[in-house]
Amino acid sequence: MDAALLPNRFQSWFASRGWAPRAHQLQLIDHLAQGHSTLLIAPTGAGKTLAGFLPSLVELEHRGKRKPGQAGNGIHTLYISPLKALAVDIARNLGAPVSEMGLPIKLETRTGDTPSHKRQRQKLNPPDILLTTPEQIALLLSDPHSARMFASLKTVILDELHALVTSKRGDLLALGLARLRRLAPDLRTIGLSATVAEPNDLRAYLVNQPDPDRRDLSHVVEVSGGAQPDISILDSEERLPWSGHSSRYAIGDIYQLIKAHNVSLLFVNTRSQAELVFQELWRINEDTLPIALHHGSLDVSQRRKVEAAMASGVLRAVVATSSLDMGIDWGDIDLVVNIGAPKGASRLAQRIGRANHRMDEPSKAVLIPSNRFEVLECQAALAASRRGDQDTPPLRKGALDVLAQHLLGLACADPLDAVDAFDEIRSSETYRHLDWETFEKVLDFVATGGYALKSYDQYAKLRKNDDGYWRIANPKIAQQYRLNVGTIVEAPKLRVRLVRSKADGRRAPVGRGGRILGEIEEYFIDQMTPGDTFLFGGEIVRFEAIRENEAFVSRAKSDNPMIPSYMGGKFPLSTYLAEGVRAMLATPSSWKHLPTQVRDWLEIQKDKSVLPAKDGLLVETFPRSNKHYMVCYPFEGRLAHQTLGMLLTKRLERLGAQPMGFVANDYALSIWGLKDLALQFTSGRIPLDELFEEDILGDDLDAWLAESSLMKRTFRNCAIIAGLIERRHPGQEKTGRQMTVSSDLIYDVLRSHEPDHILLKATWNDASEGLLDISRLGELLARIRGRITHTHLPHVSPLAVPILLEIGKEPIYGEAMDSLLETAADELILEAME
Amino acid sequence: MNALTSHLRKYTAAPVCHDIQINGQLVGLHDSGVLWWPDESTLVVADLHLEKGSSYARRGVMLPPYDTGATLEKLAGVMDAFDPARVICLGDSFHDAGGSDRLPAPYRAMLTTLQLGREWIWVTGNHDPIAPVRLCGETLDEIKIGPLSFRHEPIEKIGFEETAGEICGHLHPAARVRRFGRSIRRPCFVTDGTRLVLPAFGALTGGLNVTDEAYRLIFRRRQFSVFMLGNDRLFPFTASRLVGD
Repeated sequence: MDAALLPNRFQSWFASRGWAPRAHQLQLIDHLAQGHSTLLIAPTGAGKTLAGFLPSLVELEHRGKRKPGQAGNGIHTLYISPLKALAVDIARNLGAPVSEMGLPIKLETRTGDTPSHKRQRQKLNPPDILLTTPEQIALLLSDPHSARMFASLKTVILDELHALVTSKRGDLLALGLARLRRLAPDLRTIGLSATVAEPNDLRAYLVNQPDPDRRDLSHVVEVSGGAQPDISILDSEERLPWSGHSSRYAIGDIYQLIKAHNVSLLFVNTRSQAELVFQELWRINEDTLPIALHHGSLDVSQRRKVEAAMASGVLRAVVATSSLDMGIDWGDIDLVVNIGAPKGASRLAQRIGRANHRMDEPSKAVLIPSNRFEVLECQAALAASRRGDQDTPPLRKGALDVLAQHLLGLACADPLDAVDAFDEIRSSETYRHLDWETFEKVLDFVATGGYALKSYDQYAKLRKNDDGYWRIANPKIAQQYRLNVGTIVEAPKLRVRLVRSKADGRRAPVGRGGRILGEIEEYFIDQMTPGDTFLFGGEIVRFEAIRENEAFVSRAKSDNPMIPSYMGGKFPLSTYLAEGVRAMLATPSSWKHLPTQVRDWLEIQKDKSVLPAKDGLLVETFPRSNKHYMVCYPFEGRLAHQTLGMLLTKRLERLGAQPMGFVANDYALSIWGLKDLALQFTSGRIPLDELFEEDILGDDLDAWLAESSLMKRTFRNCAIIAGLIERRHPGQEKTGRQMTVSSDLIYDVLRSHEPDHILLKATWNDASEGLLDISRLGELLARIRGRITHTHLPHVSPLAVPILLEIGKEPIYGEAMDSLLETAADELILEAME
Repeated sequence: MNALTSHLRKYTAAPVCHDIQINGQLVGLHDSGVLWWPDESTLVVADLHLEKGSSYARRGVMLPPYDTGATLEKLAGVMDAFDPARVICLGDSFHDAGGSDRLPAPYRAMLTTLQLGREWIWVTGNHDPIAPVRLCGETLDEIKIGPLSFRHEPIEKIGFEETAGEICGHLHPAARVRRFGRSIRRPCFVTDGTRLVLPAFGALTGGLNVTDEAYRLIFRRRQFSVFMLGNDRLFPFTASRLVGD
């Protein structure tokens, strides 16, 4: 590639820094110059961001300075990042080359934090390069002046594209891109991505898809992946736990690792793990090393402090959740420690990439499995990393609630022609599958709620005029839209405030006025009774009371807190790693890399029971303290197992087997009851093949969904994104708590009166990929058909021990709500009779 | 049948109540959320919030338009079971003052049929301070029958003579209990034996937890019981067993 593609100014700038432009940077300039959209796949440290901007900087250099009095040129380049902090960070980093080269370029950011006068000015007098987020693009596109603003747009740069496309934000962005391409037909896109499993998905995402039967792809530039990372699995002298996720056994080893390195980044999977590891590290921190904590529940100012300290090199270690996964440069990290299971090969690769931002030196990482199954998972991840395999999820199908939001935005900007809008939307890869009938339903939903009962026509938000165009009924609709834009629905949260304890023997009411520690999900606090203790912000606190939208806590004296079991941040095991684990279990010859303890564990399993086959399903049954247990090992992740557990207990109940409950983890599922399950299976009364028949996803599923709280939570998110119910905004809670219409009630009414409603369809789509993971469950049931092995044992098998140990730690499911109330009420009666 | 009523499902209720005494009167609490006063053949229902869906739709929030139908169908089922001589609607029968005017014709017909041959009393509420239009029945701010008085909002006093025998709505009481790490929240009746708050009957009406400050003004702390609504039965709990939201 010829460096002559670079103007002199750029060449001398590179030279002045002692750099040479890299091949992929020049390739990108060349592709863009020829009008090609391009995907750049490169590992961290490859100068990816600069590569993305160079084509625009070169073009703007050629364009030259605007003469005084000349009208503005409009936005030339949009940079879109998943994090607003990243946009701000990049703007700062890009400012240096731009000013050093003396380029005539105006560069600005626009995020939720940008003051409104600046936003206003940006509309009238846009910068050359605007750095922003998907939500801001949606907002700008809903503006009646959007056509003018983007008419001269030449380039859109999508940073961390691999992360953006996995969520509804990626859907929103896909729709925004489709609109931008229409406003600026010559638009080129640049995607910046880490290595992914299916690069073609991202290439298709980047370009217009004019032909429904053909998939068009962008150009691609791939930078091969630097030095192989140096990954090892901790081989501890300590006894490996059977179950649990605390990794407490390895705290001493982790501490030694921190001491032996300059700066370590300790990744954990959940916020509760972060709290626990942080607490344990400080307990043994005799050298008082500066170790900090970073997770999404902590107060923002607290998090910013940690980030600043990290960047300035003051800290020796940070314990973090995925809140630190992405983007921003944290300075010279020389070790990444992944505590707990990696859950996915690509996730691990990206985390490890955080260490050592120089691409030609190997990143160093240590994996700490927290139990025996996780040792297998870590091994599978390690093997994947050596082979360079990836398991990023396939491209999403665009969500319907996001589409509803987008349609309203389009109508706010301009009168909308349904056929044009349909074609435009289908030109994005994410929505190419959309059919006209569904589209019409969504449009109808936006206009009048989309009910079969056409009773809201008079209140329509969108009206179709005689000219065939849809327009918003009044300007207030646009206001409402602006308040509701975006696809991130936060679970209702309470602020956590530190107060003095009632338990100190004072009878006065709980005092006010302590400091705010952070925020916590309402449903977590819901499970607590005053007096319960939990770890928060690195301290053990005692729950005192709820006042308005704050949870009051006090410092607790206990050293054995009840740990918050946050759902948030728990990723299910990836299909790819699950396969790896199953393969390893089925092939004893591969066990030689495993620690002795784990090897022994598997050997005994082989002797006493059976090893799960690679593609089949092992079902064990055994009696234990007057109950009968059934344990199966699908290895399909916690979410799919929970759904399966729910469905199996429903079915067993219907068949009269009287199951009492079940518990699920990432690897296995256990169901128990008072009746001999094994006898039912072997006598042919309940053949296992029929129990695991795929039709379980039919009626049983439907019956369960009616009351499932997971489904209701999914519905709430869809209803908010689609604009059916309004978001709760900060400050509104006080009046809001009582008066907002509960989405659960809407769900019930809708389910019983219009089960085909488009929003229920959107909810179903979400749930089957998300919290219920039905698609994966379906694949499992198909895989194991005819391959179920049942083995009856006199007592619990080695492999079953971990899941049985989870009983009592994980929530147990399977009891109907009314029977729960009944036992509570009966207890009361007993109490009264005593 | 027409489009508005064809989606309705039949609701059936058994006329079996949980009997309690309020101010010396025997009354029955029903799992549908209504109060049955056998001595007076009177059925009391609170906070129907009819036309809540259309009330929101006017502001651009398109809630499902099935709330009025669902509420009336359930009410019809309950009336069928008890066949009362008198019905008292304890206020907030319509979600807003214009609700009765917006009531679609088929629902108006349903309601009128329910009213046939009965004494019907609309107690006014904060949502519907005026008499409903084009509907039968007498509109009153409150009514006293024997030892019981019926009004929408409770008097914010405790232990006074005028609060004894008070039957009211307005608060949409709901209670939460916790068992095995899970919690259940249901609408409920609340009483201390002298007065009673009914749960909201309407299909899209939320609830306010009985641990909220609002209840402190009408019940002494922890000196009340709730009856949570279950399927075909009520679940009684004393206040000390309940948790907040």
